[in-house]
Amino acid sequence: MTTHSTVRLPHALALLGVASVLVLVAALFVGPVLFSPHEVLESLRAGSGDAGMIVRTLRAPRVLLAFGVGGTLAACGAALQALVRNPLAEPWLLGLSGGAALGAVIGVVAGLPGGWSVAGSATIGALAAVALVYRVAAVAGRRLDPRVLLLAGVVVSAFAGAVTTALLAIVDPFTFRAATVWLFGGFAGASWESLGRFVMLALPMLGVLWWLSRALDLLALGEETAAMLGAEVDRTRRYVIVVTSVLTAATVAVAGTIGFVGLVVPHALRGLIGPLHRRLLPAVFLAGGAFTVLADALARTVVRPAELPVGVITALVGVPLFAVLLRRSLA
Amino acid sequence: MRLVAEQITVRHPGAPTDALSDLTLSLGAGEIVAIAGPNGSGKSTLMRALLGLVPLTQGQVTLEGRAIDAWPRRALADVVGALPQREEPAFPLTVAELVLLGRWARLGPVAAVSSEDRDAVSSALTRCDVAGLESRMIDTLSGGEWQRVRVARALVASPRLLLLDEPTSALDVGHEMELFELFQQLAADGLGVLIITHHLNLAARFADRLLLLDHGRTLAEGAPADVLRSDTLSALFQWPVAVTPLGDGTPQIVPLRRIGVTTRDMTPPTPKDFRS
Repeated sequence: MTTHSTVRLPHALALLGVASVLVLVAALFVGPVLFSPHEVLESLRAGSGDAGMIVRTLRAPRVLLAFGVGGTLAACGAALQALVRNPLAEPWLLGLSGGAALGAVIGVVAGLPGGWSVAGSATIGALAAVALVYRVAAVAGRRLDPRVLLLAGVVVSAFAGAVTTALLAIVDPFTFRAATVWLFGGFAGASWESLGRFVMLALPMLGVLWWLSRALDLLALGEETAAMLGAEVDRTRRYVIVVTSVLTAATVAVAGTIGFVGLVVPHALRGLIGPLHRRLLPAVFLAGGAFTVLADALARTVVRPAELPVGVITALVGVPLFAVLLRRSLA
Repeated sequence: MRLVAEQITVRHPGAPTDALSDLTLSLGAGEIVAIAGPNGSGKSTLMRALLGLVPLTQGQVTLEGRAIDAWPRRALADVVGALPQREEPAFPLTVAELVLLGRWARLGPVAAVSSEDRDAVSSALTRCDVAGLESRMIDTLSGGEWQRVRVARALVASPRLLLLDEPTSALDVGHEMELFELFQQLAADGLGVLIITHHLNLAARFADRLLLLDHGRTLAEGAPADVLRSDTLSALFQWPVAVTPLGDGTPQIVPLRRIGVTTRDMTPPTPKDFRS
């Protein structure tokens, strides 16, 4: 009997960890103002002067926030793909991001002071969107068809987008500017304060997601098999939906909507390290983080001194890949 | 350990008729119970009902006297190994990864995979005659290998009861016999084994009891020799069937031909036709 050995990189996590650190450090050098390596390293140690000011209070939190947000979106994507048993799922396509953005914009328009309260309204928006997506998808077919779910996600996204646009059309220019941050994802507003808020919200939720790893492995086998092997299917689904909604909302509250990170990264890594989530989730977190830091570095340099929204870069990479995946999955 | 279904009725929401109706069944340690019946007669629904996966309209299912839906799923999976008729993993796994998921009930969410778990995987694979396939991707397996790997997954947590929905579909005669002999061995070791199968002849040879399902109702239940009668089977499957005993008296089923028959085809075979 022949045995085809599989490609499973044994040290993938360690390699990704090292690569992530390198990317994080390298990104500190990138920006509208160029500093020499010496200046950057000196600024990290001493924190004085122009370089110190820019690197320590602007670039460092920005790079770390981009890493955390990208990693979180990738982890959410991996979990949602297992949940709907389809590699096309991700927070943006399932309407979570659109719902969270609408929630955030409503919060701003309603005059919430920002920070935690906007994170809260974004979470409510994400949960409302996912509830709506499930309702639409469940009515369309008796069994939950992942393709119908995606379609429902796109529909709900479009609806949330329309309401958001309508809201922005009627508010004053000042509120408009404050609110558009959530439409074009980006890290220009990053600060140690927003990073701290994000970490406090995301870290426990990422822990819960990792705790659900084996249950996600079972869900990916199919509902019936999962239940027979001991998974509490409905409860696990609810946990995953709530956790990914909160996580997506946390990213939207600090960086707006960023698409396709959650799609591209899990897909690229599943082949390398396998679909089991205890390894996959940490791996996609690292890779998604590094990918987004790189995308952000590109976003703030290609049209220097202006800045592109980072979502533009992730979409430019993600959309062609999505098209390829979609064709393959329908074939 | 005893799994008992008492007068259970299942009606799916919106369905005009019952999927299962007033059905009573029990499975205990050391016995093999076979379930047979035409397509759509409720065999898979029965298995789901026994595992608490469909709501009962009437009656109750208990395991060790405790209502099945009062069992946490993990605790249940720890003592009852189950094999669904079909499954389609969303992402390609290796054989070892797939079989190891059968130990979820043992491992829980956080425990690391130990060498004991890995040994359990390879010995389950060996018992199902697919030893050494650990690192193969499941999408490269043949139909028969896939089926045996899935049976290995049902065995890997050393359950006390085994519920199998058509475990030998897609298997050739040799591997089919091998699995049935494995089930017999497991039963001799004290496992209770319930097998849903279309292979009446194998059910007759291996099962202690056979239950024939017809439109969700028990048509007959008992020792295979009592249940397998040509009039019953011909009516159940709507096809003429002859029943003839093997040398040891085990009944065997021979479906007859209706079109292009010769006199020889119409004559039910005699016991000597089966002697080697």
